[in-house]
Formats: sequence, C-alpha cells, structure tokens
Amino acid sequence: MTLLGHLSLWLAFLVGLWGAITGFAGGLQDRADLQQSARRAVFAMFAALALATICLEIAIFRHDFNVAYVAARTSRNLPTFYLWSALYSGQQGSLLFWATVLSLFATLAQVLTGARHRAYLPFVAAVTCLVATFFVTVMLFAANPFERLAFTPVDGQGMNPQLQNPGMVFHPPMLYLGYISITIPFAFAIAALLSKKLDGDWLVAIRKWTLVSWLFLSVGLLIGMWWAYVELGWGGYWSWDPVENAALLPWLVMTAFLHSVMVQEKRGMLKKWNLALVLGAWLLSIFGTFLTRSGVIASVHSFTQSPVGYFFLAFILVAGIGTAVLYAIRLPLLEADATLESMVSREASFFFNNLLLVGLAFSVLWGTLYPILSEWLQGTKVSVGPPFFNLVNIPLGLLLLALMGIGPLIAWRRASFPNLERQFAVPAVTGVFVLLILLVAGMRELGALMAIGLGGFVTATVIQEFGRGASARHRQYGEPLALAVLRLVGRNRRRYGGYIVHMGIVLLFIAFSGMAFKTETQATLRPGESATLRSPYGHLYTFTHLGISQYDALNRRVTAALVDISLDGKPIGRLKTEKRQHVDALGRNTFEPSTEVGIRSGLREDLYVVLGGLVNGTEQAVYRFTINPLVWWVWFGGYVLVAGGLIVLWPGGGPPAVRRTQAGYAVKLESKA
Amino acid sequence: MTPRRQDSTLQVDRRQFMTAGVSVVLGVLASWRHGVAQDSLPGAGPAGKVADPASAGRALTATTAADTDAYYQVIEKQLKCTCGCGLDIYTCRTTDFNCTYSPGLHRQVVTLAEEGKTAQQIIDAFIGQYGQQVLMAPPRTGFNLFVGYLFPSIVVLVAAGFLVVVLRRWTRVAAAPGPTSTSHVDASPAELERLRRELERLPG
Repeated sequence: MTLLGHLSLWLAFLVGLWGAITGFAGGLQDRADLQQSARRAVFAMFAALALATICLEIAIFRHDFNVAYVAARTSRNLPTFYLWSALYSGQQGSLLFWATVLSLFATLAQVLTGARHRAYLPFVAAVTCLVATFFVTVMLFAANPFERLAFTPVDGQGMNPQLQNPGMVFHPPMLYLGYISITIPFAFAIAALLSKKLDGDWLVAIRKWTLVSWLFLSVGLLIGMWWAYVELGWGGYWSWDPVENAALLPWLVMTAFLHSVMVQEKRGMLKKWNLALVLGAWLLSIFGTFLTRSGVIASVHSFTQSPVGYFFLAFILVAGIGTAVLYAIRLPLLEADATLESMVSREASFFFNNLLLVGLAFSVLWGTLYPILSEWLQGTKVSVGPPFFNLVNIPLGLLLLALMGIGPLIAWRRASFPNLERQFAVPAVTGVFVLLILLVAGMRELGALMAIGLGGFVTATVIQEFGRGASARHRQYGEPLALAVLRLVGRNRRRYGGYIVHMGIVLLFIAFSGMAFKTETQATLRPGESATLRSPYGHLYTFTHLGISQYDALNRRVTAALVDISLDGKPIGRLKTEKRQHVDALGRNTFEPSTEVGIRSGLREDLYVVLGGLVNGTEQAVYRFTINPLVWWVWFGGYVLVAGGLIVLWPGGGPPAVRRTQAGYAVKLESKA
Repeated sequence: MTPRRQDSTLQVDRRQFMTAGVSVVLGVLASWRHGVAQDSLPGAGPAGKVADPASAGRALTATTAADTDAYYQVIEKQLKCTCGCGLDIYTCRTTDFNCTYSPGLHRQVVTLAEEGKTAQQIIDAFIGQYGQQVLMAPPRTGFNLFVGYLFPSIVVLVAAGFLVVVLRRWTRVAAAPGPTSTSHVDASPAELERLRRELERLPG
C-alpha cells in the first residue's frame, strides 16, 4: 500500500505541475484545450492525493509499523477514534491531509463556480495546482509519510497523550480547513489580477469561500482554546503561543475583509485594499504553517520542528514577491468608483474597523517575531509572553469592541445629527449604566470594566437593530414580534447574522475579562482533609480529598483522585482528576505521565482541579485548585459566533447586496435649487 | 469432596469445622489489616501507599507555605521556566507538576528572598544568570519600549492619521461641484431630507 501511496504522490506532483502550466498558459492565451486540460488536472490531482491518503489510513489501521510515520504516531492499543486523527497528528501526515483537502477544494471550486465566473477558472486551477504541488514537493523531498523503516517494531510509540483528546481530533482539521480554503479566494484574486477582470465580479465568486474559511478558522480557534483548557492543565485557554498567534493572524485579516468587502459592494470603494487583504490573508496562512513547522520560534508545538521550514521559507518568499509584483503592476486598474461623502458615515467606520483589525494583526505578528528581531537588531534574546501581548493588544481590542457598537449605528453615505442622536441614545445610556453598576458593585479592574461596559453598549446596539427591524415588520405586515424577528433574520441573513456574530464577540470579550479575577491555591491533602478557596463573588468553596484509586484502562494506567466539593458548606458535587501513564500493547511506558483536569463548569465560574501528584507514593495528594470566572461564556460565545456565521453563510435570504444596492445608490441626491 | 445429606446440611467433623472457622477469621483479619494499609482513616494518621506509585508521576513532597505564598507567585509569574514550555515558573510548576526545572527555579527564588533580596533584585539575579530571555516579557525600557511595545501602537496611530487625511481629501472631492453623469432628482430640499431619512432607515 505504501508503494501505491508513494506512486500516487509522484502522480499528483506531475499532474499538479501540468495543471499549473496549462492553467496559466490556457488563461493567458485563451486556449480552450489547455483550459480544459488544467481543469482535468485538478480532478486528477485530487484523485491521486485521495488515493495516497487512503493508503496512509490503511497503513495506520493495519498497524503497519514498518512505516516510520505509523510507528512514530500510533500503537496497537490506541483507540480507533484516535487512529483517524493520527493521519494529521504529525508533520508528514498533516502535509498529506493539507494537500488532499486543497485539491478537494480546488475541485469544488471548478465544479461549483457558476458560468458567470468561468473566465477565472483556468487561473484558479493553475494557482491551486501550484500550491498543492508545493505541498506534495515537501512530502516527496523532505517529509515523506510513506517512508519505511529498516526493521519492523513489535509496537508503535503511540500518540502523544495530549493529542488523545476529542478536541485534538477536531481542532487541527478545522484549522487546516480554514487555512486551506483561503487558497481559493487567493486563487480568484490572482485570477482577477492576471485576467485584468477587476470589476468586483471576482468578489461575488469568492463570497461563500471567504465565509467558509473564516468560519472554519473560527471553529478551529475555539476548539483549540477548549482543548488547551481541558487538556494542558495550566488553567487558561490562550497563552499567545506563536502557533496560536499564527492561526489568529489570517482570522483577523479575513474578518477585516468580510467588513471592507461590503464597502466595495455598496460603494465601489476599497478595491485595492480588498485585494490586498485576500492576498495578505493567504500569505499569513502559509506563514503560520511555516511558524508551526519550522520551529523558528520555540513553542509547545515543537513536535513539528523539521527541515521543511526551509521549503516553506523559500515558498513564502517566492509567493510573496510574485504576488506583490503582480499587484503593483495592476494597481492602475484598481481606481475607486466613488468618493466619500462624509467622515461621519458607515463606510468611514468600516475604514477604521479595518485599520484596527489589521493593526491588531500587525501587533500580534510584531510580538510573535519580536524575539527574532531583538536578537537580530540588538543581539539580545528576549521572550515575548502574555504580559507583552496583553499590554499591547488589549487597548486595540477594546477600541475595536467600541467600534463594533458604533459602526451599525451610523448611516451609509452621510449621517445627520438627529439621526446620530436617535441611534446612539439607548446604546450609550445602556453602556454607561452597566459601567456604573459595576463600579457600585466594587469592580476596579480597568480592562474588565471597559470590556463589560462596552459589551453593554454593543449589546444594546444589536438589540435596538433587531427591535427596530422587527417593529417595522410588525407594523407593516401585522406579524407577531417573534415571527417578525425570525423573518427579519431570514430575509437579510447577512446583516442580522453579522449582528449575531457581533454578540458572540461581545460574549467572548466579557468572558475574557473574567480571567482577571482568577483565584487559585495549592494544597497537600490526606484522605478526608480539605482545602478552601474563596471565589471572586465571595462564596467559599471547600475541596475535600476522598482518596486515590488506581486501575488499568485501554492504553493507560490511571491514578484517579476524587474530590468532594461544597459551596458555603453545602455539598454540590464531586470531581475526578487523574494522572495517566500511557503504555503500549506490551505494557511498556510510552510517555511521561500526563494530567487529566477535573472541571466543574457553571455560568458564574469554573472549578478547575489538577492532581499534581502523590507524596512519596501514598494517598496524600498534591492539588492545585483554581476558580476561573466566566469561562462557560467563552464556549457559549463561540457557539453564538458560529451560529451567526452559519446564518450569514446559509443560501438564500434575498438577492446579494451588491445587486440590490447598485441600483439604489446610483442616484445622486442633489437639490434642484 | 464432602458428602451432602438429603436435608441440605453439610456432614463435617469437628476438626474440619474448626479449621474452616479459624481460616475465615484469619482471612477477615488479614483483609482488614490490608485495608488499613491501603486506606488511611480520613484526615488522620499516615496516608497508605498506593499500589503503583510510579504510574502517578514524579514523587512530590508536601506543599510548603512558600509554595503558595502570593509574594513569590508575583515574582515567579514574571520569570520564564527554562524547560522550554513557554510558561512562567509558577504556572509551569503547578500545571502538571511533571516539570523538573520549575521546582528548582522556585527554590532559587525562595532562597534569594530568604537572603533578604527584594523582588527586583531577585529578578535581576535571574537575568544575570539566564539572560534577558528569562523574563516573560522584555523590560519596558530603551529599545524594547520603543521598538517592541510602542511600535505597533505608533504604526496604528500613524495609519489612523493618514486615513483621516485621505478620508478628508475624498470628502472634499465629493463635495466639490463638477460635471456628473448621475441622474438629477427633481425635488425640493425638504423632500430630499425626507428621502434621506427614509434611506437611512432602510436595512443595510
């Protein structure tokens, strides 16, 4: 099977090269035969890569430990659930997964793109083939998933225990799907530049793709946060690790694009900017991959360190320079159709929204690269951790949150003073009211005060927008209010889905602010002994150590500690936290013992219990008890954000704004006087 | 095998009965003693040994007052563990308690404090030994302050200033009278204002 897989990779390599050459040549010379050949090359490449993936999966499921990748990532007693994720749990397999999914997306782009945008497809085929071929090249020359060992081990080394978590089964593919799907908008942008069809039609072709990739990136980031929280045991969900930052960068840029594209659709402005954002998002996604795989900056994801970093560096340089040159050549063709009527307008607020989003992306990138920069410029090695990122990024994030409430309240083109007064009155009063309540309640943490106060302001904005829209429907059609809200969302999914996304972001910001009130303690307890911890709300939690039990599970020896919990003297439940020693099928230890956290999640706060270990092998246990306020709202905010994204993405819901508004705004209002 | 009588009673002699009785009593006692060794009484006496201490991770010592002291935590949260995890000393030593570096670094912090050093002197001692990269974030002075901390905000501020200038220019261009290809609307200022208000109320 590995021979077949290896041959499939070579086939994909050759077909990919052919697709790239015929795609570019067919598009530039307008030759139908070459264009058709490029299209078929995309399909053939997908078939070859899918076959290679199937071959690797078969090797994994057959426990073919003669294959180096299978021996290094799996063992005979690895649960079936994690055998699936073994495909992308390591360098070589994830490259294969990446290339295969990219070729699948490339195929879908060829099949699903309507006749109206067919002119872009040869270039799209060429770009997608070229990018996928790069990944295949890396596999063939630096990280072959089908490489065989000189001997066959009795059992494999098993999977890293931290990856044996449901979050890790879904987090990497979601993030990869986000990264990979950005290639399709990028390919359309390059196609628009090469074909000189820069009239905005390409934006319509990529609308769904940009939303899909933003949604996948969002889900990937959220699941990654959840995994870090439940698995790593340090009590948080975001540590500004370079690899986390690498995933955040394209997300921020894509978010900026999803806003600025509305300005181009409605007003014909920001053509250059929108193109730059799509090109930049893709380059950042490749840069993120480079960071993950090169080990250029030390991080917990160091399992991916390998020479493939050099391949990525060369690819980024070539792709970046090529893209920049093409963009610069075509700049004269990208003049805006319209001018700005007023500084106080929706479009102006979108400009500032984009400035902050891209500014945040730059700030995160700057912090991530600063250790390299410092060593290079001042010869001093420095570390850049959460204190740096929090200090630099929180003010920008809060400004963005404020703008999220301001933007929807300002009218397109020009907002009059009475209009502003009418729009801002309720949200502004709500924000100030929330702030006052917090101050009276005794909260003095500036960041949290700002986040929750602005959260109140944005929430009131969203409720006001829903309320006014639903009331208008109620008055006009006599619909009950609940039905009016549903139809309002159904008829204008993009706008109201977007507001729901805003609510998700508000919930996330408020939840993040909860971490400012985290409290924790450490205790060594004999069975029956207790430790206490006061929550930020003033309640007293008592944790009572019940005892230790040890037992064997499928691929591990478990040391479990049970803790009884009471709140102000009233029993509220029991938590289990574990130490796990993973073993292979022969009972040999495979990794260092890992920790399973005990979590009791509630609306107000999470109780987070870690079994540190045992004192001299007795039942006397060392614990860390942590109270993490508002963490539940991070996950709930994530659900709201994804639900809003799905509403925006859902087909139907009226004609696209670009068509509806082009006619509406063509009339310039002028006085006859 | 012991014969069984029709009335379901066992036919045993006295010796067999006594042997069985003593065996049962000794068995119960043995299991009881074993139980005492495994499970300590709640909150009292020595905690019993577990069956397989090695699989429960590194053997730990009982937590001391210094381990939970808020003063040390504040210092340790500014210093990075040297194990390569990227976490600060306090978080690393309390995450899964497997790290073999962070407990030593913690002891070093405690020892320096017991020698009478202030928090800043302890941090300086760490920088002297491990270099500036032992800090969780670069110090907010000189090059690091301007190029590290302030540069992103300066870039955003400069870009905002540039954006305001560009937007003002675009606004002036839009306000300037000139030939236009768009349709003229035959309406009074009052009618236009009403239309504008209606447009503002439109979704999107």
